[in-house]
Amino acid sequence: MSNVMPPFVIFILGALVIPFLNERVRSVYVVALPVVGFINLLLIPVDTLMTVNFLDYQLTLVRIDRLSLAFGYIFHIAAFVTAIYILHVRKNLEYVAGFIYSGAALGAIFAGDLFTFFVFWETLTVGSVMLIWARCTKRSSSAGFRYLMIHVTGGLSLLAGIVMMVNETGSIAFGNIGLTGLSSWLIFFGFGVNCAWPFLHTWLTDAYPEATIGGTVFLSAFTTKTAVYALARAYPGTELLIWIGVVMAAFPIFFAVIENDLRRVLAYSLVNQVGFMVVGIGIGTELAINGAVAHAFNDILFKGLLFMSMGAVMYRTGKINATDLGGLYKSMPWTAGFCIVGAASISAFPLFSGFVSKSMVMSAAGEGHMVGVWLVLLFASAGVFHHAGIKIPFFAFFGHDAGHRVKEAPKHMLIAMGITAFLCIFNGTFYKPLYAVLPYPALYEPYTLSHVVTQTELLFYSALAFTLLLLSGIYPAEIRAVNIDFDWFYRKPLNAFVNGVALCLNGFNRTMDRLLVRELTGAVNEVATNAMAIVAWAIMSPFVKKGVPLGPGQGSLKTRVDLAFATGTSPVGLFAACAGLFIVMLFVFI
Amino acid sequence: MEKEKTHLFDKPQNVKRLLIIFFSTVILLFILDFFVHKHAHFPFETWPVFYAIFGFVACVILVLVSRFVLRPLVKRREDYYE
Repeated sequence: MSNVMPPFVIFILGALVIPFLNERVRSVYVVALPVVGFINLLLIPVDTLMTVNFLDYQLTLVRIDRLSLAFGYIFHIAAFVTAIYILHVRKNLEYVAGFIYSGAALGAIFAGDLFTFFVFWETLTVGSVMLIWARCTKRSSSAGFRYLMIHVTGGLSLLAGIVMMVNETGSIAFGNIGLTGLSSWLIFFGFGVNCAWPFLHTWLTDAYPEATIGGTVFLSAFTTKTAVYALARAYPGTELLIWIGVVMAAFPIFFAVIENDLRRVLAYSLVNQVGFMVVGIGIGTELAINGAVAHAFNDILFKGLLFMSMGAVMYRTGKINATDLGGLYKSMPWTAGFCIVGAASISAFPLFSGFVSKSMVMSAAGEGHMVGVWLVLLFASAGVFHHAGIKIPFFAFFGHDAGHRVKEAPKHMLIAMGITAFLCIFNGTFYKPLYAVLPYPALYEPYTLSHVVTQTELLFYSALAFTLLLLSGIYPAEIRAVNIDFDWFYRKPLNAFVNGVALCLNGFNRTMDRLLVRELTGAVNEVATNAMAIVAWAIMSPFVKKGVPLGPGQGSLKTRVDLAFATGTSPVGLFAACAGLFIVMLFVFI
Repeated sequence: MEKEKTHLFDKPQNVKRLLIIFFSTVILLFILDFFVHKHAHFPFETWPVFYAIFGFVACVILVLVSRFVLRPLVKRREDYYE
C-alpha cells in the first residue's frame, strides 16, 4: 500500500513537470506517464479507500471499487493513446491541459466523498476549456467561453445541491442519492449538464468541433463519461433517466444527417451514444448498468478513433466540412481503414466493440418489457449507422473526389489509431476481458445466431436505404450552412437581450453621469465659489448702472466686484475680519 | 506530367462489383431470416424480416425528416453567428 499513490496525483503533478522538459524528453514522458499511472492503478487492491482528515471531515480521496475501476482503466487507456496521437504538437499547453483534464477525471471517478468529487469536477471544466482555447481562433475562444459559462452554471447547481445535502444529512459520503428532495435534484441537474442532456447538450456540439485536433480526442473521452459514472453511482434505477436517455439517443441523429462539419457530426453521435448509457443507468438492473459501463468503455475507444481519423484528415487537408472532402482513401488509406473500424464499432457490427455492449442495454430494456424505449433505441441504432457509420467514412474518404493529394497521416497518429482500432476489434471479438471488469458479474452472451443475424439485417437494410436514397438523389446533399440548435437561444435572443439591457442601462448610466456628476456638480461648484460675488452684485445692481466704466483705465463695476472676490480683497473681507476680531475680543475680555 | 495512379474505385466496374456484392448480401440476409430462430423479448421481433424492414423504414424516415422538416427549420447562412 505504501508504494502506491492516488491515480490523479500521477497525472496532475506529472502535468506540471511538462513545461520543464525539452521536446524530445517530453515525447517519451507524456507517453510513459499514463503507463506509470496504469501500473500504479493495477497495484492498488480493489475496495481500497485512501482518506485524509480535512477540517471536521474525513475526505475519501480514493475509493477503488468495481464501478470506478472500470472507468479508471479506460481513462488511462484513453490518455495513453491520445498522448501518442498529439505528439506532433509543439506547444506545451495541450499536453499540460490534457493531463490535468484526464487527471481530474480520474480524481472525480475515484472520489469517495462529495467534496473531493466537486473539486475534481470543476478542475475537469478548467482543463477542458484550455483544450478548446488552445486552438487560438476567434471561434474557439467564444465557443470556449460559452462552454465555460454553461459548465459553471452546472457546477454551481452541483455545489448548491452538495451544500444542502451535507447540511441535511451531516455526511459528505458520495453514494446512492436518488431523487428525494431539492438538494438531490440540484445535484442531478449538475450531473445532467456534463452529461449533455437534451437542451443542455449544446455546449458539446458547439465547442467540441472548435477545439484543437488532439483536444477534441481528449474531450470526447472524459467529461460525458465522468458524468455517466456519477449518474451510475448516485442515481441508478431513476426512471426519469430512461426518458432522458431515449431523447438523447434519438434526436441528435437528425441533426447529424444534415450537418456539414464532420467533427460536429461526431459530436452529435456522441450525445446519441451517451443516450444509450443513460437509458441503461435509468433501467438500473445489473445487466443494464453493466451495459452502460461497457458501452462507455467502448464508446471512448470508437469515438476517440473516429475523432482521431477526422483529426488526421484535418491535419493533412486543413478541411473538415463534408463539402470540402472526399476521395481521401487514395492518399490516406490507413486512416480510411481505421475510420471504417471505428464506424463499424459505433454501428455495432458483429465482431466490433459496439455489438457486445449496446446490445446489453437493449436486452435490459427488452427484459423490462419497455416496448417504446426498445423501439426508439432500435431506431437510434439504425440511425447511428447511417450518420456515423456510413456518412463519416463515405464523405471523407470516398464519395466525390475533392482532389486533395496529401500525405498519409503522420506515424504517431497512425500508431494511436492502430492501437485503438485493435482494441475496438479485440473488445468486439474477445469480449470476456471487457465483461470481466464490469461492476456486476456479466452473464450476458452477445454472440447468439439470432442476435448476429438480426443485427446484421438491421444494419444492411439501413445501408440499403442509404444506397438507394443516394443513388436516387434524395439523400440530402451537404450544404455549407450552419444548423441552429438549442444554443441559438443563448447566442441570439439572450445575446440580444443582454445587448439591449446593456444599451438601456449603460445609456441611463451615461446620461446620469453627464447630468449629475459633470453638469450639476460643476454648476453647484461654480455657484458656491462665486456665491459672495453673486450676492454682492445682486444687492448692488439696483443702485448702479450696468456696464458703465467707472473711470479711465478701470473696468465695469461687475468686473471689479468679481476680481475683488476672486483675489480675496473685497471690502466684505474687511468687515468679516473686524467682526471676527470683535468676537475674539469679547471672548478674551468677558 | 506524371499520370496519377488509378485507384480502386476510379474504375466503374469496381464500384459495380461492390454494389453487386452488397445487394446479394442484402438478399441473402432476407432469405436467411426465415431460417433463424429468434430469441425475442417482444412478439413482433419474431415476425419475418422485422429487423430488415425496420432498418430500412427507419432510415428512410430519418433522411426524409432531416431533409424536409429539420433542415428548412434550422438551416442558416454559414456566417450566421459571426
